Amino acid sequence: MVISAIVISVLDLFLPRSVNRNLIGWLSLIGIIVSGGFVALHAIPLINGDGTKLVSLLGGSYRIDDFANVLKLIMLGGAALITFMSIGTVKEREIPHRGEFYYLLLPALLGAMIMASSSELITLYVGLELLSITTYILVAIRKSHAESAEGAFKYLVTGSIASAFILYGMSFLYGMTGTTELGAIRQLLNDPQFYPLIYVSYILMIAGFAFKVAAAPFHTWAPDVYQGAATPVTAFLATISKAAGFAILFRVVYAAFYGLGTQTIHKDFFFILMLLAAIAMILGNFMALKEKNVKRLMAYSGVANAGYLLVPIMNDPYFAESSMHYSMFSEFVYYLIAYVLMNIGMFAAILIVTGETRSEEMSAFAGLYYRAPGRAIAVVLIVLSLAGIPVTGGFFGKFYILFGTIQSQMYWLAAVMIITSVVSYYYYFSIVRQMFMRSSFQASELAKGIPLTAVLWICAILGVVLGLIPQWVIGYIESIFQYGFDLFGY
Amino acid sequence: MLDNIPILSLLVFSPLVGILVLLFIRSENGRMLRIVGTAGTALPLLLAIWLFSSFEFGGGQQFSEHAVWIHLPLPTEFVPGGVQYYLELGYALSVDGISLALVFLTALISTMAALASFSHIKKRWKAFYIWFLVMEIGMLGVFTAQDLFLFFIFFEMTLVPLFFLIGIWGYKERERTANKFLIYNGIGSALMLLAFIMMITTGGFEIRETAESADYVYTSSMQTIMHNMVSADSYVNSPMYAQSPFHLSEDTAVLIFFLLLLAFGIKLPIFPFHTWMLKVHTEAAPSVVMLHSGILLKIGAYGLIRFGMQFFPEQIETYALLIAVLGVINVLYGAVLALVQSDFKLVLAYSSISHMGIVLLGIASLSEIGVKGAIFQMVSHGFISALMFLLVGSFYERTETTALEKLGGLAKSMPFMSSILLTAGLALLGLPGLSGFISEFLAFVGLFETRPVLTVLGVLGLILASAYVLRSVLRITYGSLDAKFSEVKDARLIEAIPMIILVAFIVLIGIYPAVLSETIGTAVTDIINGIGG
Repeated sequence: MVISAIVISVLDLFLPRSVNRNLIGWLSLIGIIVSGGFVALHAIPLINGDGTKLVSLLGGSYRIDDFANVLKLIMLGGAALITFMSIGTVKEREIPHRGEFYYLLLPALLGAMIMASSSELITLYVGLELLSITTYILVAIRKSHAESAEGAFKYLVTGSIASAFILYGMSFLYGMTGTTELGAIRQLLNDPQFYPLIYVSYILMIAGFAFKVAAAPFHTWAPDVYQGAATPVTAFLATISKAAGFAILFRVVYAAFYGLGTQTIHKDFFFILMLLAAIAMILGNFMALKEKNVKRLMAYSGVANAGYLLVPIMNDPYFAESSMHYSMFSEFVYYLIAYVLMNIGMFAAILIVTGETRSEEMSAFAGLYYRAPGRAIAVVLIVLSLAGIPVTGGFFGKFYILFGTIQSQMYWLAAVMIITSVVSYYYYFSIVRQMFMRSSFQASELAKGIPLTAVLWICAILGVVLGLIPQWVIGYIESIFQYGFDLFGY
Repeated sequence: MLDNIPILSLLVFSPLVGILVLLFIRSENGRMLRIVGTAGTALPLLLAIWLFSSFEFGGGQQFSEHAVWIHLPLPTEFVPGGVQYYLELGYALSVDGISLALVFLTALISTMAALASFSHIKKRWKAFYIWFLVMEIGMLGVFTAQDLFLFFIFFEMTLVPLFFLIGIWGYKERERTANKFLIYNGIGSALMLLAFIMMITTGGFEIRETAESADYVYTSSMQTIMHNMVSADSYVNSPMYAQSPFHLSEDTAVLIFFLLLLAFGIKLPIFPFHTWMLKVHTEAAPSVVMLHSGILLKIGAYGLIRFGMQFFPEQIETYALLIAVLGVINVLYGAVLALVQSDFKLVLAYSSISHMGIVLLGIASLSEIGVKGAIFQMVSHGFISALMFLLVGSFYERTETTALEKLGGLAKSMPFMSSILLTAGLALLGLPGLSGFISEFLAFVGLFETRPVLTVLGVLGLILASAYVLRSVLRITYGSLDAKFSEVKDARLIEAIPMIILVAFIVLIGIYPAVLSETIGTAVTDIINGIGG
């Protein structure tokens, strides 16, 4: 199903330079859509939770279950939008090897999908490295920019350290249990003699995962890398890369580390996640206040959103001692979808306004309302979703997560989430201020391009539809997803 | 006849018609934009009048509309018994007497504000009227919503347009004011959302049994939640269910109550959360301030009555003293500071704080008369404040200043407007025969039964009101006339009409208060009965 990625890469290698690189873009888009079709095809038999239909490849290391399918569909959708957005706007000057851009994107996507589908430590690591290495190159691909090289270097070094942490944590798990399969690990891990080592392995792995999703305090690479990379690459990092990171975090925490130590260890583990979530929300939102560069702003906003996404993951019935709250996965997925949409939309907007010049300061948005009123309205809708104002997907996502948090009676966490959300109003609305209340006297020309505007509008409108009628998405997820079967592996 | 028409939905969303028409007019055609914009506000006014005439005084909630909007299945894999759980957020509107009075106030003041905008909004009319109408939808929706989720949405819907209205068409410090407004009100809404969700997860739980199955539903319908929060033997309150996740302990209930008090207190505003409101009064365009001071402040009080009194009758009894003290602080603080201001707009801003303090006193009295007085004060102050800022707008257009020392003797050059200003001033200080008096009178009579000392302190505020009103109004209208202002023209027809209409309503309520007290009577009685029991 993802062989198409390989086919396209090979194809591009052999095509002569004179062929219009946009063709590659279109081909990759088709490839992504076809893979999406395959994923959906495999998802259908699983709708009724029919256990016999689970496809488990390669000796149980690669599971195609509902958890994986849902996340893969999200990643594919996001990648399709990003590819569509890049066609025609990625100029020769910016990225000298345009073909390489597209066919590095595909393996990165492949890596992300492997991560979502892995049920075994080695597969997980393979996917992780595939994603990481291709994204290191993608960040560096803007060779003429010093920032690009700097960002890539930082990303490479810190990313490698994070991968090393994860591998080290995994080695402990293997050492303790003698197996690398996630479900089996959980069953074997519940042995008192392992308890101190379990903590070590957990903390190492969480540190690595937190790096990948840019959760504070492991987020310091994000602003520089986001700023240095070409905007479509940043969009990829901010959405697909993060989604993959969350996929493995969710899967590993639940499949391997759940319910250990007659719940004392379990509580500690989830408490760590809660702490991470709170710190990410607070740090991300407050540090964004001072930012003037839009891409760095989005990096910090991504940190805060990583915090919001961690909340449903850790809001589990054992930890919270609640008998009522089980909607962790649907809250997570809904907000992830809203997040992917609003981020891609925002990066499309950034692509539009940075246009010919390289200015990525907020002043690039100045007077957008006068220059392109329609697009300014679309950006307002996306900003409303980012800030969490009704009736957008971003708002309902936060509402749903808050509902779950309060069901579990974690009032303090809910308060942190809400208050930091209000803080975010300030910096999101400063973008809006630029658009509506500043003159466009010195602003540069806008980037043209139908795909770009189309992506902008798709994200804006889908965000609103998602917020108005959330039951389509959530109902669908509820009807196909089952914890025992999909996540815990029995 | 009105039974089959969803009149409330039509009313709440009728400004959309105006917005749609506005979208098709070219931005340069200022005159057309202004006419259409104002017509867009006239439509809800007509519907409100129709609604008012069909309202049955003495009935309860009327014109109810209910539809299921969001119906989410929650996962049931581990729930014992395999029961199906849902989260249901509905679309529910209805009006009772209090809502109706405020809806009418909203529709009327919006139209008056739209007329007022002719004199001082000089740029970007299209965006102005679009934001204006969006805000009107939000305001109308807040007063008619019967579902917590819907209430929150309409509440937020007033936030974003006001940010733009202040930030684009205001005066020198408009952007900082817009930011301050956004942050303060954002925090208020956030706290309110927290309280609402806490109420949904406890009081909102209901079991719906059909022939085949029982569905467990979390609903945000205000009816259900109110019923559950108030009745003593529901699982929310009864100690028998203390272990169930739907039980609301005493402490948590008090926490929710204070969250709501804080949230609505920022809006009202209650000292010390009032600083944003002062900025808005001085830096926003006068027609925007008409909407803000006339209607939005009342949303805070409405929230306190609807949620504080109807949902938390025990807590409001316990903390009535606190609310009364806060009310007295508002009254005196506002009055004293109004006395020393040098800018007329600040005088009006502080007097708004003072008058909203009287609303708090009325609420804290927990008596029928007192609450009636509170609502009278909300409506009356809405009219008076709108009229005042209408005048400020018109004066400012001619004199370019609102500083008291620079104005003076305008009665000679603008006799009509000065006489309206004097009338408004007399209404503001509570002259019998005008609406201010009856409102304040009822509120204080209601409070005197239980807290005589605080009442006396509150009445001091009235005395100070006379002082600051007369000081500022007389300074503007009499005294020596600056040469610059001797040639200014008096009110144009388009300014005179809203002035006369507002004065008419102020006088009407003043000499025939039954028109309002009959409207709200049953609703208030229901609320008070809920508290006593």
